[in-house]
Amino acid sequence: MKVASVRTLRDALSALRDAGPNVRILAGGTDLMVEMESGRTRPESIVDVWRVLELRAIRETQEGVTIGALASCTELLENKAVSLHADILVEAARTVGAVQIRNRATIGGNLGTSSPAADLNPVLFALGARVRLESLRGTREIAVESFVKGYRTNDRASDELITAVVLPRRPPHEKRAFKKVGTRRAQSISKVVVAAAVESNGSDIVRARISAGSVADRTILLDGLCRELVGRRFADDAAIMDLCRVQVDASVAPRDDVRSTARYRRFVLIRILAQIVRDAVRVK
Amino acid sequence: MKAIFDDAQPIELTLIVNGDERRLSAPPLRRLLDVLREDIALTGTKEGCGEGECGACTVLVDGRAELSCLVPCCQVNGCDVRTIEHDNLASIQDAFLEHGGAQCGICTPGMIVMTRAYLDQCERDKSSATIDGAREALAGNLCRCTGYEKILASVLHAARAERAR
Repeated sequence: MKVASVRTLRDALSALRDAGPNVRILAGGTDLMVEMESGRTRPESIVDVWRVLELRAIRETQEGVTIGALASCTELLENKAVSLHADILVEAARTVGAVQIRNRATIGGNLGTSSPAADLNPVLFALGARVRLESLRGTREIAVESFVKGYRTNDRASDELITAVVLPRRPPHEKRAFKKVGTRRAQSISKVVVAAAVESNGSDIVRARISAGSVADRTILLDGLCRELVGRRFADDAAIMDLCRVQVDASVAPRDDVRSTARYRRFVLIRILAQIVRDAVRVK
Repeated sequence: MKAIFDDAQPIELTLIVNGDERRLSAPPLRRLLDVLREDIALTGTKEGCGEGECGACTVLVDGRAELSCLVPCCQVNGCDVRTIEHDNLASIQDAFLEHGGAQCGICTPGMIVMTRAYLDQCERDKSSATIDGAREALAGNLCRCTGYEKILASVLHAARAERAR
């Protein structure tokens, strides 16, 4: 196994080009080091980008905020621009692991691994984030919901590196929510995780983006529910619950696994969604 | 600078460990935990789970608390590493001894190093240590013996002792 330890983006991209298809990118190591230690992964080569400092910057721009792929959860929750435009990203980052993991787990790593249980990814879906990918062939940006393609798979080509996450400015009159259910408050992996951004014009919902994790093979956007909410008025809380139940049954098929059961996940997801919708429609 | 290594071939590393410069050679993906325990015989840092869940192997890298079981040594070349053997932990160690913060002892080095990180953070923020802050700081350090109350009491006593100095 070859290990390329790089300090600049240019060197990272040329190492990725030279490495061929069976390459893994190493950043904070919270996934890859565990996979290698257990023997589950043995890539032909590794490109270690942890100390490419230019990928760590977080910048506020005219359009919003651009977060370098190597920004750690700790850096996200200490950053003012992220708090301003992406408050629920800060909330989510605070629920990841504990201090030691948050010091190493990166936003680019969350996307790169594309685990269905990732806590930051549902927030990026709800906020309409774009993923920036660079290679020696060029730079492109892709909507995060198109980037994540399946169980731990995504649209990154083997010579590409996730270099940044681009978030839009916070729109006025947008209500946001983040909810994670795990076995304990700290150091737990989600059984169900939901993030939502719901915009209203004062009386009606005009746009909704609601995303969930740990309830399918990948992070998902609940498109059907989002469409149903636009302009919708509800007679009472029971009507909200009914809509959420119908939408979850139509579009989500959670599974039993080591962390939870399909039945529990479905039950909790419906209630979290109903709570989010209740809070959103009560906006004056 | 791009360096390409074979993971079976040792590379030259320089670490500042507890203030002393250490030069050694180790394969690039060898865990910092193993470098500390086996290559430079600092066995105070313990391996608990080996997969980033328990916090026993916590060390400070350039002042940040990290899990040495998840850090490949090629990522800490030139870094400042502080372990349970560092000499600025006496007041914390005394507090853990005095207030029963340790039983079997496997989690204790991680608890003490994490307490150092927490008290340093409080000092940077010009805030006082609190029970909630200590809980949050030590949330990633698991203990299967004590039930945590005595550990948290030890942290708060250490904070008080350091302030009184």
